Amino acid sequence: MSPGTQTDRDPGRNATAVSADPAAVHSDPAASLLERCRHLVDDLSFEAVRRWKDEHPGRPAVGYMPIYVPRPLLEAQGCLPVALFGGGDQLEIIRGDSYFQSYICHIPRSTVELALRGDLDVLDAMLFPSICDVIRNLGGIFNLLSPEKLTFYVDLPQNFSPEVGGRFYGEQMMALSEALVERGAKPLDDGALRTAIAAENTRRRALGKLDALRRAEPWKVPASEAYLVVRAGAVLPTAEHTTLIDEAVEAFRAREARPYDNVRVAVVGSFCEQPPLALIRTLEKAGCDIVDDDFQLGMRFLHREIETPDDEPALAALARAYLDHGVATASRYIANGTKGSELISRVGEAGADGVVFAAASFCDPALLDQPMLESALDRAGIPHTSFKFSENTGQFGSIREQAGAFSDSVKLWGKSA
Amino acid sequence: MTTPATDAVKSPSAPPPEAAPTPITPSKDASQLRQKRMIGEHFERLERAPEEGNKVVYTFVPGNLTELLSALDLLPVLPEINALQSGMRGKSRGYIGEAEKSGHSEDVCTYVKCDLGMKKSGNISPTGTQLPDPDLLLLSYTGCFTFLKWFEILREEYDCPVSMLHVPYQADGKITPEMRRYVVDQLERDVIPALEKIAGKSLDMDRLSEILELSRQAEDDLVAVWESAKHKPSPIDGYFGGVYYVGPIFSAFRGTEDAREYYRELRAEVEERMAAGRGPMTPDGELTEERYRLVVEGPPNWTSFNDFWRMFSREGAVVVASTYTKVGGLYDTGFRHDPDRPLESLAEYCLNCYTNHCLPNRVSLLEQYLRDYEADGFLINSVKSCNSFSVGQLLMLRTLEERTGLPGGFIESDLVDPRYFGKANIENRVQSYLQMLASHKKGPKRRSA
Repeated sequence: MSPGTQTDRDPGRNATAVSADPAAVHSDPAASLLERCRHLVDDLSFEAVRRWKDEHPGRPAVGYMPIYVPRPLLEAQGCLPVALFGGGDQLEIIRGDSYFQSYICHIPRSTVELALRGDLDVLDAMLFPSICDVIRNLGGIFNLLSPEKLTFYVDLPQNFSPEVGGRFYGEQMMALSEALVERGAKPLDDGALRTAIAAENTRRRALGKLDALRRAEPWKVPASEAYLVVRAGAVLPTAEHTTLIDEAVEAFRAREARPYDNVRVAVVGSFCEQPPLALIRTLEKAGCDIVDDDFQLGMRFLHREIETPDDEPALAALARAYLDHGVATASRYIANGTKGSELISRVGEAGADGVVFAAASFCDPALLDQPMLESALDRAGIPHTSFKFSENTGQFGSIREQAGAFSDSVKLWGKSA
Repeated sequence: MTTPATDAVKSPSAPPPEAAPTPITPSKDASQLRQKRMIGEHFERLERAPEEGNKVVYTFVPGNLTELLSALDLLPVLPEINALQSGMRGKSRGYIGEAEKSGHSEDVCTYVKCDLGMKKSGNISPTGTQLPDPDLLLLSYTGCFTFLKWFEILREEYDCPVSMLHVPYQADGKITPEMRRYVVDQLERDVIPALEKIAGKSLDMDRLSEILELSRQAEDDLVAVWESAKHKPSPIDGYFGGVYYVGPIFSAFRGTEDAREYYRELRAEVEERMAAGRGPMTPDGELTEERYRLVVEGPPNWTSFNDFWRMFSREGAVVVASTYTKVGGLYDTGFRHDPDRPLESLAEYCLNCYTNHCLPNRVSLLEQYLRDYEADGFLINSVKSCNSFSVGQLLMLRTLEERTGLPGGFIESDLVDPRYFGKANIENRVQSYLQMLASHKKGPKRRSA
């Protein structure tokens, strides 16, 4: 192996540089695909959703906040699920700030800003999963601002017994399904749901290939680029996104790239409000190969594919998948087992050398979870570092220094860092 | 999550030890003396619990299952109340510092950090007795996401079992049969067996019903106390004074003979004051002139509680209704524990706590309070620690102003972190607000409230 450093890499290999350097576009098999992804991710006016609605008249587009909603249910009813992650660092907040006190995280501000600008008018319904008090109350804010629009609180069960939590969750999904029918969705059909679940499983396999390549050859698939590929699916039907992921994997594989002398890290805590892409790149430039993360966790919320046995209704199967196979993230009560054990397993499976905690400022779930996870990592001898961000963070100097120092210390001292 | 008043909080005429100066009162009412004795005895029982073989359950205020614990002779500890007491006793700053030194973010709930710091500092109760470790953590997950994380953290500290009760949120402003059944199912299948296991006995449903009947009687009297504020002048302050009134019913005493008697006495005392045309007690004695009638949304600040209260009482401002005093039960909208439907009734109680209601419901309740209590305006105290309360309050402010035409005020502080209580700034805001209210009262007629 002939190690280089991340800063040595060809800038034409990242999506932003692609459009600025035509020569690089032609030299990188992934360039045009990444450009398309970047366009989809940056488009805060949801043109892709508008196009989909034009092509599917009368069918609802359903926005949902992080982390997880049962997307196959929506697709089975002919809806387009649209994952919302706020406005990122592209959106100037003019009115959104006046709805929130200074000590509230940033994603609700930019989401309200988008709504007030009219960008979310394309959505026929908004779903608010039960991940924290902010997202929960944001649903109430939308209800007060737009009482005519369907806002639905997805109260994901914290009881994981199929007879108790499973039944409640199933009832909730039925209530959601009926509410969507009132907005133009097709009635829920078991066969259609099985088809939608199968599509979700196919996407999951595609994501698995992408993640496997990231882990095996991170120099070919920087996390910042994998991020764009995954994030593009926020506004695409599942099948279309799966095709995109497959193409991306092929393009990344075709790259001729050399390994860097980087440390391998897992990034934890960014499951809801997303870090700016430049922040992810900053970590990479500081010498970190991000081989595992919980960015935009929703599409990877389940540990395994959703099984749909013939003798079980598809809706029950969808509920059971959530109960039995949900990842151990901060918004999910860990009823059994040791806190942090799943993170340690993930670090091991990804071959990560350490963990970077990157939580959004004022994110209660992530920040309350963090000390417990840090203790678990300490007990396991896994080095870690932490910082906070906001989706519109624009200064990365201190983060780069911190990540660089962490990377160096892991290289020098390994587990004792 | 914010919490209501405390089993250790004393009546307005007898603030906690080491808190602000003692109000001037000629004598303590019988209810005040009773509450003081109840609190003292409870903490003594807790201190003796390990040697007497009594089992201890830590749990939260909103949606607590006190009657269930009592029926199994289990002793509750309420960490939020310990935190707010630490705030009133000037100890929270140190406790929060302890927690932050051990890695907890400055961004997160200060109740949690105060509780953790208290634990790390020896776990001494508000009355100075030793608190026992929990035999079980009863995670009544009602209206506040932080509860879930709080007890995950405590589980690591104490290495004891947790029983989780997930209470669905009233996102559509109503309790559905599915929500009720989900809670009852959890009670039957998970919570009660877990409690029985540590209690070493089976739940006697007849005894539970008897306890619930005592709860119901106390709840009737508490509602009469709240509604006394419709009288002019109001004989009570439904916020600063109210947090003392809810102490027994929100905490370890609901469903006890003592609590029933406390509320019977309190009601009689309040009705006597009302009949005599007397105003509420304040830190400086009886309020003699009621100039402003306010409704307040949000928890109080505990670290400067009496200073905060005086900003209102010295201007003749009386809080005639508040939402914070409903986080442990919205009795004034009709809910009562029902001895004939014990588990369903407990489920409905959990589901019906104030912060388990959606924002549109909360706005409607405030609107109703403004109208029913003939208030001159409303004020929101937004606390940094509690997203459950705080997120959406700025829109609530605007919506209420639009609907009622009444002036709203907005101030920011925290529950128990004194770094977030800027006395001069808050006092300026309160005074400016009250001046605006005075102008408004003299001005054109308001819209129907």
